[in-house]
Amino acid sequence: MARIEQEYDDIPGTFVFDAERSREGFGINMFCMSLMKKENREAFKADEAKYLDKFKLTPEQREAVLNRQWNRMLELGANIYFTAKLGATDGLSFQQIAAIMTGSTQEQYAQMMLDGGRSVKGNRSKSEQKNG
Amino acid sequence: MARIVGGVGTSHVPAIGAAFDQGKTEEPYWKRVFSGYDKSKQWMKDLNPDVAIIVYNDHASAFSVELIPTFALGCAEEYPIADEGWGPRPVPTVPGHSELAAHIAQSVILDEFDLTVVNKMEVDHGMTVPMSLLFGKVDKWPCPVIPLAVNVVMFPPPTGHRCFMLGKAIKKAVESYPEDLRVVIFGTGGLSHQISGPRAGLINSEWDKNFLDKLSVDPVSLTKIRHVDYMREAGAEGIEMVMWLIMRGALGEEVDEKYRFYTVPASNTAVGHIILEPKQSASAAKAA
Repeated sequence: MARIEQEYDDIPGTFVFDAERSREGFGINMFCMSLMKKENREAFKADEAKYLDKFKLTPEQREAVLNRQWNRMLELGANIYFTAKLGATDGLSFQQIAAIMTGSTQEQYAQMMLDGGRSVKGNRSKSEQKNG
Repeated sequence: MARIVGGVGTSHVPAIGAAFDQGKTEEPYWKRVFSGYDKSKQWMKDLNPDVAIIVYNDHASAFSVELIPTFALGCAEEYPIADEGWGPRPVPTVPGHSELAAHIAQSVILDEFDLTVVNKMEVDHGMTVPMSLLFGKVDKWPCPVIPLAVNVVMFPPPTGHRCFMLGKAIKKAVESYPEDLRVVIFGTGGLSHQISGPRAGLINSEWDKNFLDKLSVDPVSLTKIRHVDYMREAGAEGIEMVMWLIMRGALGEEVDEKYRFYTVPASNTAVGHIILEPKQSASAAKAA
């Protein structure tokens, strides 16, 4: 069944981790959670594809993990606090992952934050962005 | 009788904990954040509470996706520090107050708040960063803590109104505890921030200021904010602010704002902090 449209789906650049995504993303989030353990991080790094076989991921989720498509993972049901554990395995901080998700370099992103962050103006809704 | 003597609202950004642990508090970027808590540490020292109730959220540390309780009250004797992937924070194990916690659980469940009782749990930065900010660097925490973990990770979190009402029920529970304990309550998380997706980095200082303004004088208006508006206006993760309403609900109708601090950014987040005290009623003041 297609995703039931929610009011918050209109917020641009945002994948709300709701009960539906939680259901869909159970496998991918459990995979990320497993990376809390050092031996699992090592096993994953040694052979990523083989390690992922241990979890129930859809082909799309698998591809997103292997290619580190951070936004796509969220769209497919992963949650940021879980993907952050994959980021940590890659040696990335929260801010570094955020920079990648926004399509900016870490320097640009850090500077944007120092300048007061991304403005809400023009970023409230997809329609506002279109008419922006 | 036990009573609530103070309320603390504060962000719980993990990077603040990392800076604190790595001794970076004097670096200009971090000094801007930490210096905002100097007065608060003194306030806490003077208050010298017997117990702290800390409302926070777990970030895939104690609770994975296997179990997602909306409200989970810690009734354990102690709480070990979680390893969030970089080793546990070098802070002491947190002592609990299992007697008062059990009493609160019993009272609020009968008041129709169906919370989950947790007797074994590790705690992450959501709880320990506010503790470091208010209690400073310690070998031993100055008072026992009752953790109240709220789900704000999976949508939908409890509504702001529900949180506010739970706060009121906690106040009632505390005041029906026979021992003379002075209790401080923390609401943590926020303020505006989004750390996920292409819109990450969103900050809305105007929203945050309004939230802080209304918290003391008109919290009821804040309880009417819809989830979609938190996410739209204050970022997907800004929805954590509902946890502050539990703290506010527990302070009673009228409060005095003692201190406020706000700065942007700490990593991806707007840091907000407030200290509130319940206004003493005229009769209570006379009795004192």
